[in-house]
Amino acid sequence: MDIVSPGFTGRRRSGTELPPGQYLTHEFPVLSAGPTPHILPEHWEFTVTTETGEVHRWDWATFTSLPAEEITKDLHCVTRWSKLGTDWKGVSLDTLLADVETSADFAMAHSYGGYTTNLPLDDLLDGQAWIAYEYDGEPLDPEHGGPARLLVPHLYLWKSAKWVRGLVLSDTDDLGFWESVGYHEYGDPWKEQRYAGD
Amino acid sequence: MTADVPTYLDGNAAAGALREVFAVDLTAAIGRCNGCGRTGAFAEARLYVDAPGMVARCSGCDGVLLRVVNTPTDTYLDLRGLTYLRVSSAE
Repeated sequence: MDIVSPGFTGRRRSGTELPPGQYLTHEFPVLSAGPTPHILPEHWEFTVTTETGEVHRWDWATFTSLPAEEITKDLHCVTRWSKLGTDWKGVSLDTLLADVETSADFAMAHSYGGYTTNLPLDDLLDGQAWIAYEYDGEPLDPEHGGPARLLVPHLYLWKSAKWVRGLVLSDTDDLGFWESVGYHEYGDPWKEQRYAGD
Repeated sequence: MTADVPTYLDGNAAAGALREVFAVDLTAAIGRCNGCGRTGAFAEARLYVDAPGMVARCSGCDGVLLRVVNTPTDTYLDLRGLTYLRVSSAE
């Protein structure tokens, strides 16, 4: 990052680095389509289910013993706010999927509380996606998706499922919670893919 | 962590959005939850609006009763979570 004063960083970025139709916020708005699940780490698990039905499973201790990465990324919410330079810690999906044999093209993320969102599997690989469990150096608050959430920052934030509990891999691109009622199946903020057909 | 205050409104707050789709005020209609079978006025639902769309949930089981998404050109309405909505025809 360039060494500039924070005040000028914001204005420069708001003019040149935000996707179309977005505004800059320094808050971290909480959006939720339902009550916040409170999942204790000892009750948490994450699973990857392949298209053949094979299930890979991690409990909290196993998951947090995996190599973790410090991640600094910009967030873009389809409700038009963007927050730049957010700091996370999490496990790369490359690590979690390393031993998963699959030829699937798509993944459906499932969350505690019933939320779902669909993504191409390619968008979860090659350093593009994490299961994050710390934000700003602290354990992830339940209101922001703790104990762990999917983080796919190159897509609109509804794809970064809070309270994630698993991925189901599939040969078909089924639609998730918001995608099935008018939101875009992919959601690239730089192409402003907010709604179906954009 | 912030205090666990309710993040939902009561179902009456859906009146405006639903009036754009239906000619009658549906918040007074009696709905049956397709998940737990609870029956009550739609106004008793818990309405989540701080989201990409509007989500009404059953006050008994938190199951999704209704979703409304407004795009620049269309309104999407998903009623799968309701077995029925009973609208009084009496004056």
